[in-house]
Amino acid sequence: MTSEEKIIELIDLSREFEDGTVAVDKVNLFIRKGEFVTFLGPSGCGKTTTLRMIAGFDRPTGGKILLNGEDISSLPPNKRPINTVFQRYALFPHLNVYENIAFGLKLKKLSKPVIAQKVEKTLKMVDLEGFEKRSVATLSGGQQQRVAIARAIVNEPEILLLDEPLGALDLKMRKDMQLELKEMHKKLGITFIYVTHDQEEALTMSDTIVVMKDGVIQQVGDPKDIYNEPKNAFVADFIGESNIFSGTYLGNRKVRFIGQTFDCIDDFPVNEKVDVVVRPEDVILTAYGEGAVSGEIISCIFKGVHYEMVMLVGKTEIVIQSTVERKVGEKVSVKIDPDAIHIMAKEFSVNLYDGYITKKNTVCFGDGEFQCDVTQLYPGSFLDEEGYLITADGDKIDLTDVNVKVEVGLKDIEISDDQDLGGAIGNIVSMIYKGDHYQLTVRTDENEEDFVFDTEDTWNENDRVSVIIPKEKIKLSLAAEEKK
Amino acid sequence: MKKEKSADPSGSAKQKKSAFRFNRGQLCIPYGLFLALFVIFPLLLIIYYAFTAKDGSFTFGNFIWFFSSPSMLYNLGISILIGLTTTVICLLLGYPVAYILSRFPERRRGILLLLFIMPMWINFVLRALAMREILDLFGMLGKYNFLNTIIGMVYDYLPFMILPLYTTLIKMDKSLEEAALDLGAGKAKVFTSVTLPLSLPGIISGITMVFMPTMTCYVISGTFSNNKVTIIGKLIETWFGTGDNWHYGSVIALVLLIIMFLSTLIEGKFSDDKLATRGTNL
Repeated sequence: MTSEEKIIELIDLSREFEDGTVAVDKVNLFIRKGEFVTFLGPSGCGKTTTLRMIAGFDRPTGGKILLNGEDISSLPPNKRPINTVFQRYALFPHLNVYENIAFGLKLKKLSKPVIAQKVEKTLKMVDLEGFEKRSVATLSGGQQQRVAIARAIVNEPEILLLDEPLGALDLKMRKDMQLELKEMHKKLGITFIYVTHDQEEALTMSDTIVVMKDGVIQQVGDPKDIYNEPKNAFVADFIGESNIFSGTYLGNRKVRFIGQTFDCIDDFPVNEKVDVVVRPEDVILTAYGEGAVSGEIISCIFKGVHYEMVMLVGKTEIVIQSTVERKVGEKVSVKIDPDAIHIMAKEFSVNLYDGYITKKNTVCFGDGEFQCDVTQLYPGSFLDEEGYLITADGDKIDLTDVNVKVEVGLKDIEISDDQDLGGAIGNIVSMIYKGDHYQLTVRTDENEEDFVFDTEDTWNENDRVSVIIPKEKIKLSLAAEEKK
Repeated sequence: MKKEKSADPSGSAKQKKSAFRFNRGQLCIPYGLFLALFVIFPLLLIIYYAFTAKDGSFTFGNFIWFFSSPSMLYNLGISILIGLTTTVICLLLGYPVAYILSRFPERRRGILLLLFIMPMWINFVLRALAMREILDLFGMLGKYNFLNTIIGMVYDYLPFMILPLYTTLIKMDKSLEEAALDLGAGKAKVFTSVTLPLSLPGIISGITMVFMPTMTCYVISGTFSNNKVTIIGKLIETWFGTGDNWHYGSVIALVLLIIMFLSTLIEGKFSDDKLATRGTNL
């Protein structure tokens, strides 16, 4: 059913809001005719904004949207052959079911019998025969959902947009509707663009999944690709359960993590620091002493089909899914097959900022002010009593307002609940578990500067914290053009 | 019992507290008294006076007098005409204002709304006199009495139309308009097929808040027409005051009451569906 023909193409598509936040950042993507594409990501990742731009409710602030090769960026929604199923259905409360569904057809000036016939056919399709005269207020959530879908597809659009349409339904209803929508997609043969934050929903329904974060596409692929070959730690963490370890690629298809060397099938530059992802179901229990690593089971939960166990190896936790139960405290070994080891380039190895030196010889960067050692800017220099820098050659330099590049390692940042302790204040926006530690991202309010670092402590997302960086850990270098 | 009290001081505090708790019925007493004294009792008085002659005997004579007096009927007609015209003009002026205000970003529209509502904070007699001076400046005073009255009424009652419309419009789910747009409706069609029908409750409360008071607000009609335009409210005042005939005054008041009751019924018919719950009154 899917052809190679592109129906929608997004080129450098951007959307910046009035307050300066960038919801969608130069997105490039094409969607094939007849595809079921899902935009997947946490709230605020830009998926809904992208959808709204395709529908025409939001104007892009940059880039283009091509529909069948033609730029439709400036076309109003009513001129696009695209219909939308809204998050909270947006059914017209002053019209009954029939009038709601016929709304678009009446605008097309179709004759009454044709409209009646089309509405009837569509109502049959969504299993709501006989509901024509009902007021929409008397319908249940699931029925309203069906009317909303019928109202959109009755117009036979080229593309159907669905904005988290199942979010308000209960679990059982949601599962049923997922299958029904998939069935409907097959029957109608039109392109579906679906937005959700539910990874399971995306995996169940889509031909193609587009994973987004912070307005940027993280990965595009079919559900199997996304699940088995996540491109980065974010995708791996967001889609399904996963063990994420820090490791080093040794070369020759060998990777070292959790203190062992494993065979793998990916190829990376030698000695590259990497993230290693292993799905819990790919960790295979063996008899004690026979696997690659050994440890002790520290928790075991029955999950219906399988047991989910956590094994402690040294300081690293490994999550295991297996149909075989191992009791807490039992010593076990596990092995991991080469094709179950997914290696990804490490996202961050160091934090980089642009900053400047203040009058007090502190440095401002990342929305904060930090104590630092400015003498590292000029080898062999020292500060005099007035705070001027005396270089090794004896020159006196006023460093006030000098622009610098700031480098802070992932292990050199600490955070504290006490907001007076640190140099910058922000919220924890992400927390990815990497086997024996968390990789946290703290984002400041003003300019949304990120501090990424590793910690063994457990924090909560959205915690408000201050960022502490020891004086000696801040590496400064002069920004090229400001060199005096 | 005593022992218990001394053993548990917090318990006794709780018991004390409960002495200050009223049930619903008790809370209604002040309002009930108010209603009886200032609404029901005067109403009964009006009915009594309307159906009695000067000597206290029962009669329909007062009604016959009212409906056979050309000047009374003329003034009633004028009042209704002024009420209707003012309401229509207020609606035509107020709807676009409320609509535009509701489209502003949340932070700015509060201040803008304030600019439209602020005149309500100034004493209306003062406002009326000021407007009168302006009309005088243009040489209109004394020439176009009916027109001047309408101008005065609209000036005074416009905020009462804007406010309920505005509250209805800002509460409207914006995705409904987007849905109409999405289904192929142009901007004008979105307005007529979605925005307008859904703002009906606001329109109705706006009409209620303007039409009824304008029929009786004789201060404005007097000020702006040099007492040339007499509306029904003025007549009531006259009969109860200088005219010294409470029976005639009561008949007019009762007729007015019936008209208002009927107009409320008619308006209620329009809003008599589920939409009514979406609308808001002041």
